[in-house]
Amino acid sequence: MDEKKEFRTMSGVPVTSVYGEGPLPGEFPYTRGIHSGMYRDRLWTMRMFAGFGTAEDTNARFKDLLRAGGTGLSTAFDMPTLMGRDSDDEWSLGEVGRAGVAVDTLDDMIDLFADIDLGQVSTSMTINGPAAILLAMYVAVAEQGGVERSKLNGTLQNDILKEYQAQKEYIFPPRPSVRLVSDVVSFTANEMPRWNPISISGYHIREAGSTAAQELAFTLANGFAYVEAAQAAGLNVDDFAPRLSFFFNSHSDFFEEIGKFRAARRIWARWLRDRYGAKDERSHKLRFHTQTAGVSLTAQQPEINIARVAIQALAGVIGGTQSLHTDSYDEALALPTEDAARIALRTQQIVAHETGVTNVADPLGGSDYVEWMTDEMERQAEEIFKHLEELGDGSILEGVYVGIENGWFVGEIADAAYRFEREVNSGERLIVGVNSFTEGGDEDIDLLSIDPGTEDIQLKRLAEIKQSRDSDLVEKALSRLSAEAVDSEINLMPAIIEAVKVRATEGEIVRALESVFGTYVEKAFV
Amino acid sequence: MASEDSTLISLVEKASEGDRRSVGRLLTLVERGGESAEQVAESTHTLSGKSHVIGITGAPGAGKSTLTACLARDLAVSGYKPAVLAVDPSSPLTGGAILGDRVRMEEASEAGAFIRSMATRGHSGGLALAVPGMVRVFDAFGFNPIIIETVGVGQVEVDVASAADTVVVVVTSGWGDAVQANKAGLLEIADLFVVNKADRPGASDARRDLELMIDLSQVTGQATRRPDIVMTTAIEGDGLEEFKNAIFEHRDFLSEGEQISFRRSKRWKAEVRSRLDYLLSEVARESIENIEEKEGASPGSVAREIARNILKKNDFR
Amino acid sequence: MNKKENAPIRIVLAKLGLDGHDRGLKVVARMLRDAGMEVVYLGLRQTTEMVVTAVEQEDADVVGISMHNAGHLTLAPRIVKALEDAGLDVPVIVGGIVPENDLEAMAEAGVAGVLGPGASAEDVATCVREAVATRGE
Repeated sequence: MDEKKEFRTMSGVPVTSVYGEGPLPGEFPYTRGIHSGMYRDRLWTMRMFAGFGTAEDTNARFKDLLRAGGTGLSTAFDMPTLMGRDSDDEWSLGEVGRAGVAVDTLDDMIDLFADIDLGQVSTSMTINGPAAILLAMYVAVAEQGGVERSKLNGTLQNDILKEYQAQKEYIFPPRPSVRLVSDVVSFTANEMPRWNPISISGYHIREAGSTAAQELAFTLANGFAYVEAAQAAGLNVDDFAPRLSFFFNSHSDFFEEIGKFRAARRIWARWLRDRYGAKDERSHKLRFHTQTAGVSLTAQQPEINIARVAIQALAGVIGGTQSLHTDSYDEALALPTEDAARIALRTQQIVAHETGVTNVADPLGGSDYVEWMTDEMERQAEEIFKHLEELGDGSILEGVYVGIENGWFVGEIADAAYRFEREVNSGERLIVGVNSFTEGGDEDIDLLSIDPGTEDIQLKRLAEIKQSRDSDLVEKALSRLSAEAVDSEINLMPAIIEAVKVRATEGEIVRALESVFGTYVEKAFV
Repeated sequence: MASEDSTLISLVEKASEGDRRSVGRLLTLVERGGESAEQVAESTHTLSGKSHVIGITGAPGAGKSTLTACLARDLAVSGYKPAVLAVDPSSPLTGGAILGDRVRMEEASEAGAFIRSMATRGHSGGLALAVPGMVRVFDAFGFNPIIIETVGVGQVEVDVASAADTVVVVVTSGWGDAVQANKAGLLEIADLFVVNKADRPGASDARRDLELMIDLSQVTGQATRRPDIVMTTAIEGDGLEEFKNAIFEHRDFLSEGEQISFRRSKRWKAEVRSRLDYLLSEVARESIENIEEKEGASPGSVAREIARNILKKNDFR
Repeated sequence: MNKKENAPIRIVLAKLGLDGHDRGLKVVARMLRDAGMEVVYLGLRQTTEMVVTAVEQEDADVVGISMHNAGHLTLAPRIVKALEDAGLDVPVIVGGIVPENDLEAMAEAGVAGVLGPGASAEDVATCVREAVATRGE
C-alpha cells in the first residue's frame, strides 16, 4: 500500500486505500481485489476494441486510439477470419472487413501493426477457433521487427469452450479444439511468459442471454476445464494458471454485477488452491477484462446509450477490473465511428480521473447488500458446478463436454433469453426508449460505413501473395502440420509458425487441421 | 371444387415425375385432413405398397435423432431414396411447435434424403390419422425406405408405430428407459432395440434388462420373432452398420411368407380404426356441445340416448 | 371437416452467412411457437440452397431470415431470388439490424417485411401473419 502519496476527495478530504474489516484486497481469497492498492497503484488498462476494413484501415484506428490515451490494443477480426476462412472463400462474400479487420496472411498482420512497437504495447486479439494461427502471425511480426517473443505482452482470447455454448465461432469439434488451446498454453508458458494464452470469457455467454450467475458459473467452469486439460497434458498448474485471464460482461444491474465480480475472484481462488492444488498465489488471483454490455444498447435514441455505458463502466471499475472496453453509443446500429469510439474512451477517463472511485479499493465492500449479493452469486454458481461435476462423473472438463454435446448450456441460455424477452414484452421490465419513454431521438446519426471496395482490395492482395510465394514451401509446411496434428503429444505451435512465415493463408492452415480434426456441426438445440 | 381437383391431378403428375415441391404440397394436403386428404389418399392408394416403413422412437435424450440422421444419410449415399418424417410435439398451450430435427439431418438432406418435419398438432388421434397418409404419399412417389421418427415412449408413439413395418425403439444405458418403454406397450410392438451411448457405464445392464423383459413378453405375447438388440454409440459412428443390417434383416424377414401381408393388414386395420375413432369422437364432441344437465338423468343414460341418436344419422363426412 | 383455416402457419427460420449471433433467432422461434405457429428451425450458417430445399420439402408458408452484420443488402435479395427461381411463391421476412436507409432497398428486392430489434412478440407474429395473408391473395 502506497501511503506516501495522499489521496483526497474533490473537496480535499484525505481517504485511506481501504475501509472495513475482513480479508483485505490483495489477501486470499481476493474477494475485495487482487492487489492491495488496486487503482492507486495502477489504473486499469483502457483497451478499446477496434477493427474493420483492411489491415491498413485498422492500423490507422489503432494509432488514433493510442494517441487519444488508450493504453492497450485490442483487435477485432472480420467474420471470415474468425471462422478460419480466407477472403476469397465462397462463404466470405459480402463479409470481408465488415465486422472487423480482414487477415489472410502474415503480410496483413505486418500492415496491421505497422509503426507500432510490439515490445512496448500490449495487444489483445479476439479470436478463438483459429487463435493459434493469429498468435503465430503476431510472433512472426514481432520477430521480424526485432522483438523477441519472450518480451511480448498481450492476450489471446482462445476460449473455444464458450464458442460451443454461446458465440458459435467454432471450427473443429470440442476435444481437438481443446488440444489446440492446450498447445498454446504450453507454448506460451515456455516461451512467452508475459502472454495470456486464454481469456476465459463470460461476455458472450451473457450477450447470448444468460443470467449473471450463469455467466459467472459457465465461465469459471470453463476455466476449471482448461486447468484440467492442461494438467492432463502434463503441465503443473502453477506453470500456467498465473497467466489465465478472464473476460466478463458489465451489464445494467449495478449491484448484481459488482457482486458477480467479487464472487468470481473468491471462487477462483478457493478452487485453484483447494481443488487444483495451486500453490503460487498468482495462480489464485483472478484477473479480468471487462466490456460493457453490447446487448443492452438500443437502436432507439442511441445517444442515451452513453449513459448506460457510463454506469456499466462504473460497475466494472468498482468491481475491480484490470482492463476495460467501453462500447460506443452506436453499437446497436453499426461498427463505431471515430467520434463514437472517442466518446467511449472519454467515458473511461472520466471514471478514472473525475469520480474518485479509484481512491479506495473495493469501496462497496462491507455493504450488507453487496456482501449478500456476492454470497448469492457464489451460491448459485456452486449449484451449477455441482451439476457439471455430476454430468462429468467428477470432472468439470468432462461435464462441460457433456453439457455441450447434449445442449444443456445453449438450452439454459436460450431459456434465460426468452424469459427476459417476455418480461420486456409484457412491460414487467422497462427498457428506456424501447418499451417506455419512447419519444425523441429521431434524428439520424452518422454511421460507419465500410467501403465496399475493401473486399476487392483484399482479394487482389491475397491473389498477389498466392502468386509470389513459394508454393513448395507452403505445401511442405501444411503437410508437416497435418502429420503433427494426428499426434496429440506434439505441440502444433512451431509448425503453425513455420507455415505462416512461408505465407500459408489462414484458410489453408485451418483446412489442413480440419482434415485431421474434423468439422463441428451444432445440433441446433433451440 | 373442380380447380382443386385439377390442381391435385397436376400435383400427382409432377410428383410422379420427381418434383419434390409437389410431394411437399401433397404432404400438406394430407396433413390438413378433410376432403383434400381423402382425395390424395384415393390418388395414391394404388401407387403405394412398395416401400419399407421404419418407425424409430425412444425417450428424449436417447440419441435417436443422431441415429436417424446417420441412417438416412447412409441410405441416401448407398443409392436409396429415403424419406424421413420427423415428428415433434406441439405445445399443448399454444398449438405451435419448434421443429428442430431437420437441421440435424443436413448431411442426409444434402445426400438426397427428403426430410419433412411434422408437429403432433394437439389431438393425439390426429397424428395417427395423418402419418399413414403421409407415408403413403412418400411410398407412391418412390421414396424407400420411409423413416418415421418420433420422440417419446407413450401412447402417441405406439399409435404412430402401428404405421411402420419395422419398429425400432432406442434406449440408453440408464435402465429407466427400458422400463419406460415396457410400460407404454412399446415392448410388444418393437422389432428392434438399440442401446445407444453404448460407451457409457450401464450399457450392458440396459441390454440385460431388455433381454429379460423380452423373455417375459415372449412367454405371454404373440410375437413371432424375437426382437434384436443392437449396441451403438451414434455420435462416434459405432454400431451404425449393425443397426442398418438389423433393419434390413427384419425387412427381409417380413417379405418371407405371409409376414408382410400380415403386417400390412395390421397397419391397414389400425388406420381404419384411427379414422373411425376420430370420426366418432368428432361427432361425439359436436353432439354434446350444447347439451344441458337434465334433472334426474344420470350421465350414463344421457350418453346412451345420444349414442342412439347418432347411430340413426348417417351423414358422416 | 376441412380444417384448412385452422392449420398452423409453417415458417422456416434461418441465418445466412457466417455470423454466429443466434440469440434473436431463438427468441423469435419461441415467440412464433407461442403464437401457435410451426417453426422449422434451421439456425446458423445456412446457404440459400439449404433454405430453398427446406421450403420445398416442408411446404413452408413463409421464410424468416435473421441479419446482424450488414449482410442484408447482399443476402436478402439473394434468398428472394433463389426462392423465385425455384418456383416458390413464399414471402421472406428479414429480422435484425437493418438501418432505416436500407428499408427501401429491401422492399425493392422483394422482401415482404422487416422486423427491427425491440420488435415485440405481437409485432413479430402479426408481421408473419400479414405476409402470409397478403401472399395468399
